[in-house]
Amino acid sequence: MSESAQTGQAIVPPARIGRRGRMSRVWRVLRKAPPTAWFGMIVIALYLVTAVFAPLLAPYPETELVGGAFEPWGGQFVLGTDQLGRDMLSRLIYGARNSVGIAFMTTMLSFILGSALGLTAAISRGWVDQVLSRAVDVLMSIPQLIFALVLLSIVGSSIFNLVIIIAVLDSTRVFRLSRSVAQGVVVMDYVEAARLRGEKLPWIMRREILPNIMAPLVAEFGLRFCFVFLTISALSFLGLGIQPPTADWGSMVRDNAALITYGDVTPLLPAGAIALLTVAMNFVVDWFLHKTSGLRE
Amino acid sequence: MNPVLRTVLQRLGLGIATLFVVSIIISLTIEMLPGDFARAILGQSATPETVAAFQREVGLDRHPALRYLDWIGGVVRGDFGESYASAGSLAGHRRLVADMIGPRLLNTLFLASAAALIAVPLSLFLGVLAALYRNSIFDRVVNIVSLTSISSPEFFLAYILIMFLAVKFPIFVSLASISPNMPFLDRLYVIALPTLTLVLVIVAQMMRMTRAAIINLLASPYIEMSRLKGAKPLQIIVRHALPNAWAPIVNVIALNLAYLVVGVVVVEVVFTYPGIGQLMVDAVSKRDLPVVQGCALVFAATYILLNLLADIVTIVSNPRLLHPR
Repeated sequence: MSESAQTGQAIVPPARIGRRGRMSRVWRVLRKAPPTAWFGMIVIALYLVTAVFAPLLAPYPETELVGGAFEPWGGQFVLGTDQLGRDMLSRLIYGARNSVGIAFMTTMLSFILGSALGLTAAISRGWVDQVLSRAVDVLMSIPQLIFALVLLSIVGSSIFNLVIIIAVLDSTRVFRLSRSVAQGVVVMDYVEAARLRGEKLPWIMRREILPNIMAPLVAEFGLRFCFVFLTISALSFLGLGIQPPTADWGSMVRDNAALITYGDVTPLLPAGAIALLTVAMNFVVDWFLHKTSGLRE
Repeated sequence: MNPVLRTVLQRLGLGIATLFVVSIIISLTIEMLPGDFARAILGQSATPETVAAFQREVGLDRHPALRYLDWIGGVVRGDFGESYASAGSLAGHRRLVADMIGPRLLNTLFLASAAALIAVPLSLFLGVLAALYRNSIFDRVVNIVSLTSISSPEFFLAYILIMFLAVKFPIFVSLASISPNMPFLDRLYVIALPTLTLVLVIVAQMMRMTRAAIINLLASPYIEMSRLKGAKPLQIIVRHALPNAWAPIVNVIALNLAYLVVGVVVVEVVFTYPGIGQLMVDAVSKRDLPVVQGCALVFAATYILLNLLADIVTIVSNPRLLHPR
């Protein structure tokens, strides 16, 4: 059915396919997505909207003390207040901006670093590849959280240090993946042709190799984001990550954990917010991996 | 020499080399210290003399190579140095890092092995079952549940368990305080919730990987053959698939036990369990470097050892790896 539709489209002159054709193709793929993937995409979209419009959505400012400590749900404060008397709902909403934003920045940084080095290693081979790969082997032989703890104890915890440390540690995984997928592309004739043409390393990376390894990298981006997000949340929960008064889900759980023993679910909300986003991301990546591997066959 | 033995010895050598490099890295990270570190430890009121004395005591004035040799020489003899908590205070009680780590390491191993003993058989069972009935409702439910459990932060699972099993229905206790002369059964009762949290986290991982390993094998021709000759599904899995799946499965188990080593940090903090993870987190927030280094070395060594074990078991159980073309 879809086969014939595609061949039918091929007759149309290329100029007329344009944007509309691509949109409808995307829509056709999306329509066949399983419910879990739909759930994931909707959740991610909701988080994005919350993060972008946080100041408009939140009833109170992020760090202002607006009531007594640990006020119950309902009335003036929909979800009550935290241990200092800040509005819980507002902090949850701002948390979407801070926690997710910082994790996203870290993942971006880790990808730029990891894939640049990975592609460099794959293209230049020889001693460059050896040195980079062995260095990554050593870095990966220490558990990431433990290594991050050692480094944080030395440089002290601030958002800047946190982002740099996690990005560098996480880029090792990106390095491994991008190097191994790029190795298959580097030996292709068109790369050789570009090299003979006299193109420089950055050009070969960006124009010849990157477009061909995009699918696995995009899927990996989703997974790495989850991992980075969970690591940063864990560190914040341990009191060593994002520092107060910045609203952050991991440290909000830690600060309000005492409420659990009174049967209050409030501390579970930020923790649940973390879990929901990573679950959603995993569902989407799962589907995407399935999709891209299926198309290649 | 026996090729199996040679490969194993090679891996062993590689593991020891890795451990050596890792110990150098852990020791060298001190070089990145900002200049005002002594002041941060001793407080703003410290006189220049105290700062100088502290730096001499800690060894910051010596060459990094010398300091490393000193440190690693001590570690080999079981001496991890002295905690900063005792440096700076003039004559007084000296707190040895080894004394701080020792008992807590035992506690952590107790918790981790309890979790492993439950998680390994359970995940193998669930994994085989999911592979056997793949794409059934059971498989899909298990898939979604395990994906959710993997993606949740450990503290989320931990607090949910506390909420339901310690607060709403007070079956277990939420504080896993353990003391040296506690009867064995009491210990088990106290660590029930932390164990359960860890089990939830690693069962999900191991089960998914077991399932993937078996499904991968089920696509191979000899399985097709046994199916065509009319063997029953369970028989195919137990008799034909499982023997070949042991290598990847054991690998998965060892990797997850290595993961357990790290997962234990957060869980120990949630349940205030006196293990090495909590010790390390405390030391990091106090910036007590000798303790941090000692803990990091212990964690890294366990991690490397388990990975090494995974490698070796994979080699031993798969003769094909022994004869590279």
